[in-house]
Amino acid sequence: MKFETIIGLEVHSELKTNSKIFCGCSTAFGAPPNTHTCPICLGHPGVLPVLNQRAVDYAIKAAVALNCEIAEETKFDRKNYFYPDNPKAYQISQFDKPVGENGWIEIEVDGYKKRIGITRIHLEEDAGKLTHDDYDDASLVDFNRVGTPLIEIVSEPDIRTPNEAYAYLEKLKAILQYTEVSDCKMEEGSLRCDANISLRPAGQEEFGTKAELKNLNSFTNVQKGLAFEEKRQAEVLLSGGEILQETRRWNEDKKETILMRIKEGSDDYRYFPEPDLVNLYIDHEWIDRIRGGIPELPDARKQRYINDWNIPAYDAGVLTQTKAMADFFEESVEVGADAKQAANWLMGEVNAYLNSEGIEIEEIKMTPKGLAGMIKLIEDGTISGKIAKKVFNEMMKNGGEAKQIVEDKGLVQISDEGQLKAIVDNILDNNQQSIDDFKNGKDKAFGFLVGQAMKETKGKANPQVINKLIKEGLESR
Amino acid sequence: MSFYDETLSSLHTKIKNKEVTITELTEQSFKRIKETDDKIHAFLTLDEERALAKARELDEQEADNLFFGIPAGIKDNIVTKGLRTTCGSQLLDNFEPVHDATVMNRLNEKNVVTVGKLNMDEFAMGSSNENSSYATARNPWNTDHVPGGSSGGSAAAVAAGQVPFTLGSDTGGSIRQPASFCGVVGLKPTYGRVSRFGLVAFASSLDQIGPITRTVEDNAYVLQQIAGHDQLDSTSANMEVADYTSALNQDIAGLRIAVPKEYLGEGVDEGVKARIQEALAKLEELGATWEEVSLPNSKYAVAAYYLLASSEASANLARFDGVRYGVRKEGEDLLDLYKKSRSEGFGDEVKRRIMLGTFALSSGYYDAYYKKAQKVRTLIREDFEHVLNSFDVILGPTVPTTAFKVGENSNDPLTMYLKDILTIPVNLAGNPAISVPCGFSDGLPVGLQLIAKPFEERTLYKVAHAYERATEHTKVKPEL
Repeated sequence: MKFETIIGLEVHSELKTNSKIFCGCSTAFGAPPNTHTCPICLGHPGVLPVLNQRAVDYAIKAAVALNCEIAEETKFDRKNYFYPDNPKAYQISQFDKPVGENGWIEIEVDGYKKRIGITRIHLEEDAGKLTHDDYDDASLVDFNRVGTPLIEIVSEPDIRTPNEAYAYLEKLKAILQYTEVSDCKMEEGSLRCDANISLRPAGQEEFGTKAELKNLNSFTNVQKGLAFEEKRQAEVLLSGGEILQETRRWNEDKKETILMRIKEGSDDYRYFPEPDLVNLYIDHEWIDRIRGGIPELPDARKQRYINDWNIPAYDAGVLTQTKAMADFFEESVEVGADAKQAANWLMGEVNAYLNSEGIEIEEIKMTPKGLAGMIKLIEDGTISGKIAKKVFNEMMKNGGEAKQIVEDKGLVQISDEGQLKAIVDNILDNNQQSIDDFKNGKDKAFGFLVGQAMKETKGKANPQVINKLIKEGLESR
Repeated sequence: MSFYDETLSSLHTKIKNKEVTITELTEQSFKRIKETDDKIHAFLTLDEERALAKARELDEQEADNLFFGIPAGIKDNIVTKGLRTTCGSQLLDNFEPVHDATVMNRLNEKNVVTVGKLNMDEFAMGSSNENSSYATARNPWNTDHVPGGSSGGSAAAVAAGQVPFTLGSDTGGSIRQPASFCGVVGLKPTYGRVSRFGLVAFASSLDQIGPITRTVEDNAYVLQQIAGHDQLDSTSANMEVADYTSALNQDIAGLRIAVPKEYLGEGVDEGVKARIQEALAKLEELGATWEEVSLPNSKYAVAAYYLLASSEASANLARFDGVRYGVRKEGEDLLDLYKKSRSEGFGDEVKRRIMLGTFALSSGYYDAYYKKAQKVRTLIREDFEHVLNSFDVILGPTVPTTAFKVGENSNDPLTMYLKDILTIPVNLAGNPAISVPCGFSDGLPVGLQLIAKPFEERTLYKVAHAYERATEHTKVKPEL
């Protein structure tokens, strides 16, 4: 029997506000535990929330960028549950009137394009962070995170493969980063993803029973977790078993999902309107103001690179995956770099460097001007490709201008035929064996002679000139 | 010296003229509390040392405002920095707030001297003070009787002459009902007129802090000081505060009074009815006219109120788990700790309302209970709007009866709930209302309730002050 996989994703993304959603505490990551707290976010008796308007701005921005309809009138609700990370024992969230509804994202995966629907985007406050201390057999609570503004983005069950899920997350992350709504750092918890997955026999309309996957701490693990679950559910179904509505946890060590708990019915959070906050009215002027602040999004940029600069579609896609990369690319072109060359360097050397060092493009020392300068020096023959690698490595580590580095380190290419001819003649004089080999049809000997010349000039010789001179020298002997 | 013979303005004059020091005034307050509180149990916590230290400090300064050096008592659900705030509950027996409520800041900036925290029904849930987890406060007019609730301590303290004024809170009548029972003046401001920041929430959409005083004039002064927009309370009204004291000493000729037939109908004691009719006659004498009207949806108010208030309370009180503050009962695991702390920390009435509210919000019941009650609330608000389109005030008793005996209704929650039948609709509608003394029935005070349009506290003070001037009710003192 063939199955169709149905996937829906719930993404929580922390908004980049400086202060929390209902009090003035800082949202900065990494402070000592419980230092970014006050009576309000700690839920002390008698305190009241006051909505941070900036958080609403960001939620609207995300909703507009994700093609949502924006609610004219929205409100907050209390979601009641007891847990030590939740000091009020309710979370202020949005139940029946989310900020945005009915949006979509277009993804491109395995050669096809597809729209994934977005059911809703709503605003809420984050909970605290629990650390389980096995040594002391205790659980520690850090309330720094409590009250950080979050948006929850719920997709429609439109995703059919783990690859689509991956592409959806990549695109969602790109949009949230482009709009500067969120850092989307999964390792810091500013982006978190839960996945719902079920299988149904191909052709059947009704959805199968779904499992919810948690602890998916990277996009790759979302993909892997879903792939594992797809297989597990198919095996259960094919062996005549039944899928239970369960919450499963991705175990990264074992590369498998593990049962956390079986859900019976749905949790009752006893939502009701938050009486401490007034209804929120979002008028057209507000939406227009936010819309005006949305920068060009990845798809539009990608298209522009293809149209204006003849960048291949795949490359344009990679370059626009993060705003930082796309900005770097565009700035390089703006200060004079050839677009194709800049794209090649970014896709090749720069990405390889980032991967090997495990850093982001924001962290490198090379500037767009540095890259553009280096490309120019290659074009006008001042440096060879080989020297360029040296310049590149220097700029990545210590920054600076390519021209200055070349001058300081004496890396200028030698193209002067007179100067190089003396070197070539000398090499030929001392390598009769290679000349003989070449004349006997051993082409490799030519390369050896070129290598000797480059070695002699510490790589600074213009390879074309050297090639020409050796060729002439060999012919004349 | 006795606070019975003074008002805020007479005390201020004496302080300015050095006829009395603030230290003496503060000592007088503590002396009176010590003389009477064995019987009254109005105070849960006294702040004697700090109050006297502050008094001595203030004696070195010039009295630059009416509140300078005036002793006050604060209901124990209003948080006071460094001063134990129990809400009348064992669960918060050891709770010392780290910040002050906005109303406290407003009083402190005028150098009011807080003498202590006042007894109340636990988490403001009750109409008799019998739900205080400490001693039940008593009615100064007859200590066998309840002072009313939930601000029973606040009303009793003023009636017993312990302090010139107190703050209470009113969710379904919790200022007006004890003011009525204790023969003092209590005002519930319009919802949103006084900041709720620092008021430990019972039912957030209904709670309001308000003043309890011996005279209408003093009441207007206190409200003037505590009212106003607060950036820390999103539900506080961002509109200018009216000049309440300018409403005093006004003529009420031409005033149009509405008397809802529901407010003088079945269940209202004859003695209470008689006092209200006398008050009405007095106001007529002063030039007012009155007509009978109807608030047809009032009969649903108590039912709607217990659903809405309990629903909100079930969430508001969920934070009291004994983990971060308050009294923690150790358990085998987290859930056990929660259960023990809450089972042992909360009293029966609080548990009853948490369960009622939790039930009303539960999936499958929400529409039938919470949502329907909200619709009733809208209808009740429309009733008031409709009547107050043609009248200046609505008049009736504050409570259908006088103060009942301690223990008389404590085993019958439903009868107890019905004591609030005339005050609850006002909270649901959000309007302001005042209770002023209008005489006695069988030796116990009767309260006259006046209700006005939202943000028309001025009208209430105008009418109440005219009535007070024309009568002697606020001049009678209880024998203690």
